[in-house]
Amino acid sequence: MIRSIVLHIVVIAGLFLIESFLLEHYAYHHGNLARILVLATYAVGYNILFGYTGLLSLGHAMFFAAGMYGCALLIRIGEWSIAPAFFVGVLCALTLGLIVGFLALRTIGVGFMIVTLMFAQSIYLTALYYNEYTRGDEGFSIPQTVRSIGGIDLTDPTTRYFAALILFSICLLMSLALVQSKAGRVLIAIRENEDRTRMLGFNPFRYKLFALVISAGMAGAAGAAYAVLFGYAGATFASVQYSIFPLLWVLLGGPGTTLGPLLGTILMFYLVDLASGSIMPGLAALVENNFGIEAPGLASAYLLLVGLALVLLVLFAPKGLLGSVRERWVPWLP
Amino acid sequence: MLTLSNINASYGDVQILRDLSLTARSGETLCLLGRNGAGKTTTLKTIMGLIRAKSGSITLDGEELTTLPPHEVPKRGIGYVPQGRRLFAEMTVAENLEIGLMTRGRGRAVRERMLDLFPVLRERYRQISGTLSGGEQQMLAMARALCLEPRVLLLDEPTEGLQPSMIALIRDVVVDLKQTDVATILVEQRVDAVLSIADRVVFIENGQSREEADAETLRANPDLVRRYVGIA
Repeated sequence: MIRSIVLHIVVIAGLFLIESFLLEHYAYHHGNLARILVLATYAVGYNILFGYTGLLSLGHAMFFAAGMYGCALLIRIGEWSIAPAFFVGVLCALTLGLIVGFLALRTIGVGFMIVTLMFAQSIYLTALYYNEYTRGDEGFSIPQTVRSIGGIDLTDPTTRYFAALILFSICLLMSLALVQSKAGRVLIAIRENEDRTRMLGFNPFRYKLFALVISAGMAGAAGAAYAVLFGYAGATFASVQYSIFPLLWVLLGGPGTTLGPLLGTILMFYLVDLASGSIMPGLAALVENNFGIEAPGLASAYLLLVGLALVLLVLFAPKGLLGSVRERWVPWLP
Repeated sequence: MLTLSNINASYGDVQILRDLSLTARSGETLCLLGRNGAGKTTTLKTIMGLIRAKSGSITLDGEELTTLPPHEVPKRGIGYVPQGRRLFAEMTVAENLEIGLMTRGRGRAVRERMLDLFPVLRERYRQISGTLSGGEQQMLAMARALCLEPRVLLLDEPTEGLQPSMIALIRDVVVDLKQTDVATILVEQRVDAVLSIADRVVFIENGQSREEADAETLRANPDLVRRYVGIA
């Protein structure tokens, strides 16, 4: 247990120390990493439900959006300050998690996936329907002037980075504590064999609901933080795409590993970034120059590369990167 | 004492148990014998609440179990080792035992007792349970169920697919349980194993408890076994 804690502290310390280096030499990546840390927080929450409890949700974007809108609308319309709006955003996600969980957890497997997807679509359509408040897909921005807490300017790149790191660190350590607690063991037992867990005297529904609410809370915190730190809220974040993303991040990094969501988010973020920014446009130009075939769609078909990466992952590391590392070399990896 | 009175249970529209009644007393090993599909496993699942009894009553020392949700039944003192072991394969032996101990909340002493009862688990304590041999997995499944300190232990074909030396070890443990007050209900296809450890045998046919005999009587009267199981 001690080496697990040390490992996590080292990772957090590394992210802390790398900040000034990035800001000085790689400002682009500095901004990216702040965004990645917020998205990784979302993935850490998703991993509790999917990786540790074995529940595959296709509607987690609703919790991210609940946190985001709960916070951003209070700031924009209610003229609340950042801190209370952030906590209400998280509370919105927790409450939604409780309601959705209470209903959706009566189903299992594919049924659970479909029910969560339907709930998320309802939230997404609601966000579009109330366009006058949410401004739909276009979204709205939160003015720089209000994005501060106690005089600390959250639009400053360094402050934003550290705010994202603090949120990520809290959620990561909570995830580690949960996984190593007795409740965490029961969640893993449910993932392995729900009936058997029931036969040992545990109520799986209660534990799954607990996991879903915690997971929704972290997703909501990430959504609220995204709105506050990057000054934007939009219905895109409630779309099915944002329910699939954390699944991909977690699958890539290693479901059921605490650090897998961070690794998966970093790799997928840069894979998409490189594929859409240079690889696929370069490939399109190559095809055009050498074969005289115009392929305008190829330049924007970065998802082809993402798909290829996932196929390779399934073939060669079905337990994700850190899942494979744990299986082969580091069995104590939490 | 566990008592089943006139239990009726079904899978959907197909009725499996028909007015089944039996009693398991403290410290005895009761074996359920019958052909495939007779209702032996269904009887165990119904006791555990995994299949709802449509009518009838299941009581443990006078307390009604029939209406309890399945996860409450183990807390009342019934341990269940299903067919095929069903371990948490990715967890270590230690973690499997820990899960078993959590319900009762009495850790160390019970764990030590289990490791004394199944010494091989002490040797494999940090090993991933999915990598244990079949016999070791069966012992772990039994140890985990016994971590609940049950008053009644239900074993569904514990010797299935095991080598003879492992079968002997499992049998020894079941015999040892007689020294405690634990009642064991055993579903077993191996008649020799049944005759060597059972105190009483209940023959189940078409979901009904047809006949009951003690092991002595059965050893003297193999025709009875042949009638219900087809072999002796």
